Amino acid sequence: MVQAPYKNEQLLADFQTLQENSVAWISEIRSTAMDTFGEIGLPTARKGNEKWKYTNVAPIARIEYKLSKPAAVSLDQIKATAPWDDSWLNLVFVNGVLRSDLVRSDVDGVSVFSIAEEANLDEPCSTIIDYLGSVTDVSDEGFAALNTSFLSDGIAIEIAPGVQSELPLNIIFFDDGTTNSISHPRVLIVARPNSAISVIESYVGGGSKCTLTNSISEIIVGERASVSHYRLLAETDETYDIGYGRVKLGSKAKFKSRSFFRSAKIGRYDLNVLIDGEGATCDLKGLYFTSGSQHMDNFINIDHAKPNGTSYLFYKGILDGRSRAVFGGTVLVRKFAQKTDSIQYDKNLLLSPHAEVDSKPALFIYADDVKCAHGATAGNIDADTIFYMRSRGMDLETASKLLIYGFAGEIIDAVEIDGLKDFLEDMFLTALPSHKFEF
Amino acid sequence: MVNKKNLLEVKNLHTSIEDTEILKGIDLTVGLGEVHAIMGPNGSGKSTLANIIAGRPGYSVTSGDIYYCGESIISTQPEIRARKGIFLAFQYPVELPGVRTWQFLKSALDSIRKEQGYEEMGIREFDKLLEEKRKLVEMDQDLVKRSVNEGFSGGEKKRNEILQLALLDPKLAMLDETDSGLDIDALRIVAEGVNNFKGPEKSVLLVTHYQRILDYITPDYVHVLLDGRIVKSGDSGLALELEQKGYEWIRESITSGAKT
Repeated sequence: MVQAPYKNEQLLADFQTLQENSVAWISEIRSTAMDTFGEIGLPTARKGNEKWKYTNVAPIARIEYKLSKPAAVSLDQIKATAPWDDSWLNLVFVNGVLRSDLVRSDVDGVSVFSIAEEANLDEPCSTIIDYLGSVTDVSDEGFAALNTSFLSDGIAIEIAPGVQSELPLNIIFFDDGTTNSISHPRVLIVARPNSAISVIESYVGGGSKCTLTNSISEIIVGERASVSHYRLLAETDETYDIGYGRVKLGSKAKFKSRSFFRSAKIGRYDLNVLIDGEGATCDLKGLYFTSGSQHMDNFINIDHAKPNGTSYLFYKGILDGRSRAVFGGTVLVRKFAQKTDSIQYDKNLLLSPHAEVDSKPALFIYADDVKCAHGATAGNIDADTIFYMRSRGMDLETASKLLIYGFAGEIIDAVEIDGLKDFLEDMFLTALPSHKFEF
Repeated sequence: MVNKKNLLEVKNLHTSIEDTEILKGIDLTVGLGEVHAIMGPNGSGKSTLANIIAGRPGYSVTSGDIYYCGESIISTQPEIRARKGIFLAFQYPVELPGVRTWQFLKSALDSIRKEQGYEEMGIREFDKLLEEKRKLVEMDQDLVKRSVNEGFSGGEKKRNEILQLALLDPKLAMLDETDSGLDIDALRIVAEGVNNFKGPEKSVLLVTHYQRILDYITPDYVHVLLDGRIVKSGDSGLALELEQKGYEWIRESITSGAKT
């Protein structure tokens, strides 16, 4: 029995409409994915499904969504919700549809393709032919299969060999929240050998309706290339957001991920990094601040398939209210991945006795010459710490503010784009409570 | 009447933690300009005494009182005590991940200045002051940019305590076993920090297990704390005698004294 995100008839009707008059290559991709979705449906927490153990998608499936429609939204409205700098390579999607008037793609060596435009061509660009879907396995992920079934818009970017882009790509997915709607954005980034680029993906929105954003971002980092990927989830508290990050690293490639969660009703980011070349490094940091009844699930898997790789994973969470956070995933060190160096940590600060975190980082090591460490902590601000600060003259409020800001600041400081860092500081530090602690 | 020239007066102080009595009637008077050393074996209650004066929560005072500048502070919040000039250098300084030492020190100084009716210190002025004090304790310049005490060595943590003493400039400086575990260089710096601090309007309460630091800081009075009571007081000669004869000697002399 298939559990669909909205009534099956509606889903199939939408799917058929989309497929009408489609060109062969995309029609085939969608059909294959829809067959898979038909078999596996949406994930459930039943039957020992460890991957989704702590995130119940039933509330997401219960809503009757319509496929997102384009809407007129002013640039000012977008700028008010997402990081922006006129000098950046800005790309804006409104309700899942690329706004062609808000595309900047005039930088040498950085090719930008609209998937919607390419979808009309019998033969799309080689970036899409060669790489789209190449690092995403949808066979056991219902949401990923669903995204691919409805593949229609998104962006494909190729950075030519040796090109080091000084300007970040700023991709904004804005949902206006005027209807209960679903969108399936797709991002493909191919960094050819020796190239370098920073990419910002922001999932933001307004309105009061329930939207589901179900995205896949594929990132292929070639030999000695470097990609810094920033992801911000700051939607309204009525939205659901499921995101997949699928990353493949070539020899000596460098990948940085900075993931920030600020708001959504239920959010999940499933990030998968495959170390597919010798000596590749990935440095993954994240900050989630959950409050109210928000739920954020970070599921991060790193696969060391080649030797001499390093992975550094450091996430931090601040939990308030009745919110809940999940941190899961594994670091896998395969038999031939000798000299792997891996650290995996998740630290949580609980500001409320009603908040809950389930943190389960895991390690599987099959090589015998590796350096690996992992751990997770969850705690309140302890009495000794507060006394130390009070004994220096600070009141409870000042002390807790310094501690909470300090806790979050460690991750925000790892942002290397000034305008983005300022934006995030504003967004997080003004929202963080200056708790008073009683001991 | 409490004498105003006495900075600190502890009167018949009894305290317990949960149901265990730790201090069993402490009387201690520290005059302005004086240096007092509190010595005693582990578990005697000497650290508790310093922490209670600083206002650490978690102890209950069952009887007695503490006067500072002539006023009872027994129910005063720790931050208010700090702003009034009470400082405790911690035996185990706490690590504050993500809180920069610079920011921590500025925030502390501003809190204290505010109480004294001053504005927050300008960044330039603060930088200058901090630089001056940092050199005094020979602390590495990089450390003030790092998170408070995080990844600091034992010696660096203690230097950081002395840096705070120098910067915050309190009236009463209490050092809770600041000397333990220090090598000779760090010990010298800690001692110099205290000696620089000393003055006619300042008092020092030095809590220590060993006589070693008293080679560098000469106390006016030495008190021996045993099982929650001050059992013997004297001048700096007492510390030397303790060093030679050990705490057992005190214990025996008390027991035999009780017999006669």
